[in-house]
Amino acid sequence: MTAQAQNFDLAILGAGPAGLAAAAVASELGLSCVLLDEQDQPGGQIYRGLGRMAARLPDRLAMFGTSYQRGLPLLQGLHAARIDYRPGTLVWQIDPPGRIWTHGTGPVEEIEATRLLLCSGAMERPVPVPGWTLPGVLGAGAAQIILKSAGLVPDAPVVFVGNGPLLYLLLSQYQAAGIEPAAVLLTGGIHDWAGGALHLPGFLASGALPEAAKLLAALRRSSARIVRQVSDVSIVGKAAVEAVAFMSQGRREFIPACLVCLHEGVIPHTQLTRLIGCAHHWDKQQHAYRPSLDRWGNTTIEGIQVAGDGGGIAGARAAELTGRIAALEAARALGRLTEDERDRRSAPDRRKLARILRGRSFIDTLYGPRLARRPPADETIVCRCEEVTAEQVRQAVREGCKGPNQVKSFLRCGMGSCQGRFCGLAVAQIIAAERGVPMDEVGYYRIRPPIKPIELGALAEMAEV
Amino acid sequence: MARIADVVIIGAGIQGCSAALHCRQRGLSVIVVEKDHVGRHASGVNAGGVRRLNRHPAEIPLSVASMHIWHGIEDLLGDDCGFRISGQVRIAETPADLETLKTRAQHVRDLGFTHEEIIGREELYELVPALAAHCLGALIARDDGFANPAQTTRAFCRRATELGAMFLEGCRAEPPRRHGNVWEVPTTAGTVQAATIVNTAGAWGDAIAAALGEPVPIEPVAPMLMITDRLPAFITPVVGSASRYMSFKQLPNGTALIGGGTLGTADPAGNLTRLDLPGLATLAEAARALFPIMRRTRVVRCWAGIEGQLPDGIPVVGPSSTEPGVFHAFGFSSHGFQLGPVIGRIVAELIADGQSTLPLEPFSIARFAAHKQDTRLKEAS
Repeated sequence: MTAQAQNFDLAILGAGPAGLAAAAVASELGLSCVLLDEQDQPGGQIYRGLGRMAARLPDRLAMFGTSYQRGLPLLQGLHAARIDYRPGTLVWQIDPPGRIWTHGTGPVEEIEATRLLLCSGAMERPVPVPGWTLPGVLGAGAAQIILKSAGLVPDAPVVFVGNGPLLYLLLSQYQAAGIEPAAVLLTGGIHDWAGGALHLPGFLASGALPEAAKLLAALRRSSARIVRQVSDVSIVGKAAVEAVAFMSQGRREFIPACLVCLHEGVIPHTQLTRLIGCAHHWDKQQHAYRPSLDRWGNTTIEGIQVAGDGGGIAGARAAELTGRIAALEAARALGRLTEDERDRRSAPDRRKLARILRGRSFIDTLYGPRLARRPPADETIVCRCEEVTAEQVRQAVREGCKGPNQVKSFLRCGMGSCQGRFCGLAVAQIIAAERGVPMDEVGYYRIRPPIKPIELGALAEMAEV
Repeated sequence: MARIADVVIIGAGIQGCSAALHCRQRGLSVIVVEKDHVGRHASGVNAGGVRRLNRHPAEIPLSVASMHIWHGIEDLLGDDCGFRISGQVRIAETPADLETLKTRAQHVRDLGFTHEEIIGREELYELVPALAAHCLGALIARDDGFANPAQTTRAFCRRATELGAMFLEGCRAEPPRRHGNVWEVPTTAGTVQAATIVNTAGAWGDAIAAALGEPVPIEPVAPMLMITDRLPAFITPVVGSASRYMSFKQLPNGTALIGGGTLGTADPAGNLTRLDLPGLATLAEAARALFPIMRRTRVVRCWAGIEGQLPDGIPVVGPSSTEPGVFHAFGFSSHGFQLGPVIGRIVAELIADGQSTLPLEPFSIARFAAHKQDTRLKEAS
């Protein structure tokens, strides 16, 4: 049999800041620990390619700013720790509490762990506007991945649309690479500052100000046309992007573009917690579903914890802290640490975490989604895989569909290879609005294995005895 | 105030929706009570096979009658239900398989039916060129096919609704109580009164039967399915094998649907299924062995529905053995979809005419009378 069962105290899924920090603590406490990561290099999205770049092209690090380099100690910790680190490994099925099926370059493998810590991080919030499925529309995250992993930059007019720290970060990184976009269309605006001001003291206390100031400086420095408070954005083009249309100060405008970075922040990546069956709830402030966690990152399923942005967006520094705290709790649950010891060791991290979280309301309010806040217009394609429009979803609700799973069976939306990662939120929003009920009542797609497609042959090899 | 109808149907899967339609066609007023939503379980998520091929001998007359309805399904429902006449084949991979299938074909002919025939190697590879080279022949039912199960179940519901049936979704039925000739079904949406109860509650059907003093040894099972990425069209018939538990079909959108035998775990109380990975691997291995071109195709999603399996592999269909005014149609043991259209007609016949035109003796709930005693003994001990 090619599939070999292997046993660990703790399996950590995801080698971003939360997973790396948790792995270091777990290993220090003597837990046998496997760290599974889909990427070939550790660091997650935020520190993607950092290790390789630091080793081969240290000169280029400056282009990505100091916050990028902050990941280096975490990566070094990975080398020091006694951890079974498995890059390039997709976790595609979990049978709770601790049976995990993975797929890397070889056959499917089965791993057993007493406890699981999910550090799946964030994914970019889908922004379904008319034309968002045209070739040439990228999430800012995708645009950044291209820059980080290959150093590729576009040579045609680029337009940034949306808001949020990542958009500014990307702008500063593009500037450092010698690229200025043709225009930056900001969907946030003055009224957000009024709302955000309430949370300003918390933000100032959080210590995030210098970094934020640096990002905003990129915007001031930019020679691009900056338009604030844009609304009714649509991407125009026949076979690919040709222009961005939008409303600003009561006027309809068009800006030609070949590449559009469309970004309105990030949301917790919940496919794994959904697959396992953990309870989730709607977070109004972050305008996203998140798994319901206690203060140690325990989900509603025994033995399953979450740390980092996958449990609610708080950024890389908070992810490190929640990762460390979760690892201490895992050690306690495994009987390696007393409750008192866990509490004592986690106290400094908790204080730092509280400070960061105080600043979060400000950022959430200021950079909340605008385009993606309301359900999309009728003509918008919500499900890219099966090409289902918002209008079709509304029609299905009128025919009696009460939740996403019924809509899925009516229209096939969410049945494609992304399993609803792109359409899940929009479909739930449409249903909630049409029925006039809260998001928690609408719920979400049932997620099925495999989380991401795997080759039939790889699965078949598991059966060969 | 209680809702009143001639017939209350418990369970809005394909059997319940079909029963509602046929009862309305007989002029009976109908309320359908469904704890989740229409087609939520087995009826909405099964493989969609519309198959007479290789049926249990007792089911053949029903299956053949149902196929007549299938061939006119669009006229009946105003919806094509995704029904395609693709043919179904059951392949012989070994000489022993071929003998088994030949015996089977003869048995079916002896019963007076002509829909199953043997084809040789040459015709098999003409029909299924993508098949691995080792196969020897097959049993075929040329007018069998497949349909979209969720679409079909909804179409029955929609047509029944148009004819005046009332569907109460998200409404759980509690055990019924009889007052003289009137049945009362307490539900989460109030009491429903009717002269007749129809139990089409699938894997949950035994709870109602048990409340009426006729428990059955039903086992909730979760047949697993997997679906792949889209591929260019490469196969028309639905393919099974005499040596493997697998059913393989390519849907009109190009995806391949693989199911047909391996089971996950069903938790009917929690509305949940749990997949069994080695079982999925067995399915994948079977698909790869018969269709080598599938090796690099990606599996996109795996799932299972909850079905009620009875020990002899055939359903309970017919009147209650303990109470008047109650009719059962449940426990279809993972092959009820094709029978759906005719089961609704049978239920309507039983209610309106007091008998069915089709032979129902093998499906009587009385065959499990011994189980009732076992249950009593267990309770006593």
